[in-house]
Amino acid sequence: MAMTEFRTVFGSLKDYTKGEIEIINDDRKNYAFSNMFEVAATSAPYERVVVGKNVEYVLEAIRAEGTSDWYTAAHDEFALVMDGTVELDLVKLDDPHSIAPPDKEGAVKLDGEPVGRKMGRIRMWRGHQALLPTGAAYRFRAPDPDAVGVILMQTILGDESVEKWSEICYT
Amino acid sequence: MAATAIEIGASPASNETGYRSFEIGGFSFARDEYFAYITWTAKGQKLSHTMSADAFLRAVMRAVAWGFFYGWINFDAVFGTQQLYGRVKFFAGRYNPSYRDQGLDYEEIFETPLAMETFRTLLRDWTNDGYDPFASPDETGTGWIGKKNGDNNEAVDREREVCRRMPGLPGDAPLRTDDNRRPGHRAFPAAPPDQPEVYPEPGFADEVHAHNLFGYLSRSDVTWNPSVSSVVKQSLFCPTTEEYILPIKHGNDRMEWFVQLSDQIDWEIEDKETGRPRAKVIMKAGDVAIMPADIRHQGFSKKRSMLLVWENGNPELPAMYERGELPVNLSGEF
Ligand SMILES: [Fe+2]
Repeated sequence: MAMTEFRTVFGSLKDYTKGEIEIINDDRKNYAFSNMFEVAATSAPYERVVVGKNVEYVLEAIRAEGTSDWYTAAHDEFALVMDGTVELDLVKLDDPHSIAPPDKEGAVKLDGEPVGRKMGRIRMWRGHQALLPTGAAYRFRAPDPDAVGVILMQTILGDESVEKWSEICYT
Repeated sequence: MAATAIEIGASPASNETGYRSFEIGGFSFARDEYFAYITWTAKGQKLSHTMSADAFLRAVMRAVAWGFFYGWINFDAVFGTQQLYGRVKFFAGRYNPSYRDQGLDYEEIFETPLAMETFRTLLRDWTNDGYDPFASPDETGTGWIGKKNGDNNEAVDREREVCRRMPGLPGDAPLRTDDNRRPGHRAFPAAPPDQPEVYPEPGFADEVHAHNLFGYLSRSDVTWNPSVSSVVKQSLFCPTTEEYILPIKHGNDRMEWFVQLSDQIDWEIEDKETGRPRAKVIMKAGDVAIMPADIRHQGFSKKRSMLLVWENGNPELPAMYERGELPVNLSGEF
């Protein structure tokens, strides 16, 4: 049995093709269909654009360009790099509850620099996923000024989440 | 037999084909060289449904591996299961207007351990040597055809890989490596096995953690079988590799999200209750879309692709949908 040669197609900011919906008896809006590269192409750096929402949980698409602010959360979050190279700095906050109380949902932006011990850093690229552990402050850096990255966040809807469904979805 | 063993309804092996037949409640299951036969009684009439044994075994494999998953597992337009979380409903014709309108549908609720043991035993008995119902047709061939010929328990006993927080953390699910016999799949030559560069400060090696999720997926040896690979409370990343056709039509009991990580999957969307076609959703790399709570869906993937299934595992959700407290999609937001 002869199969075509395997060629895996990943998307990127520079090269993506958005899929489509063929309607038989339905409404395109029911699918909230977006493409994270298209979203990141028109986002401000580190704007956390909600591309998926299931009650309180969200997926956020982030354009990684330059250096981000510092964030923390009262729960784990995960960052999956979908394009580019991204560096991640982690700091164990001395007093995380003063910034994000235990029942606070979603990412919280810090005012200025984090106070605590350096936990380490991670350099990651396409397909790599990092844990952003509870109580840690984190920031992203796109080290190459010419290459913009794209990050998909697994988190909870919060103050920093930006919802603009009608701009990103098929209607 | 151990005192805890579950008694299932099973015949001795057939003299003719070598396969056993199975019964659970009012349903019976038999197979021969080509086909699986499901029978039930409605309105005093015996009814039967015939499926390719290959298609039937691929569907049973998912029902077993997923623990009956969320919502409905439609084996086809006639037979399937509904997850009742602790119990499970088997149905025939219930979501097919031709049967339903004539009162010829049938459904019965079982305790999950009995249903699971029945299907698990059937799967082991009906799977021949060299046939893997988890594999793509290109990989497993036609060993399912014919009289009983050995078994492949190693393949059908594979368990879904579920992490608590993230694979590779201390005490959590392992990463997939050459050393634990999880080589990269030939369909993903472009997914390199490299790992992120992780530089923890002293004392933080257990918390500063990252891994190559695409590499992890490229080492999947099954199709259409989501793992759980990162967890934020009830938010579950369930990535999976897909090739050929999803062996079931999944009916959602909650909103479910898909993120196409590589390549392309075409989804046929049907009304959950009637099976009438609603839409075709064509997803390419980077696309994100809802599978609404009122549909059933079946995927078609020409090239083995990476799909991130994103679930909200909150056990309260089905009851909230039934009470009308949650929208079936997000169209009200824009
Ligand atoms: Fe599904």
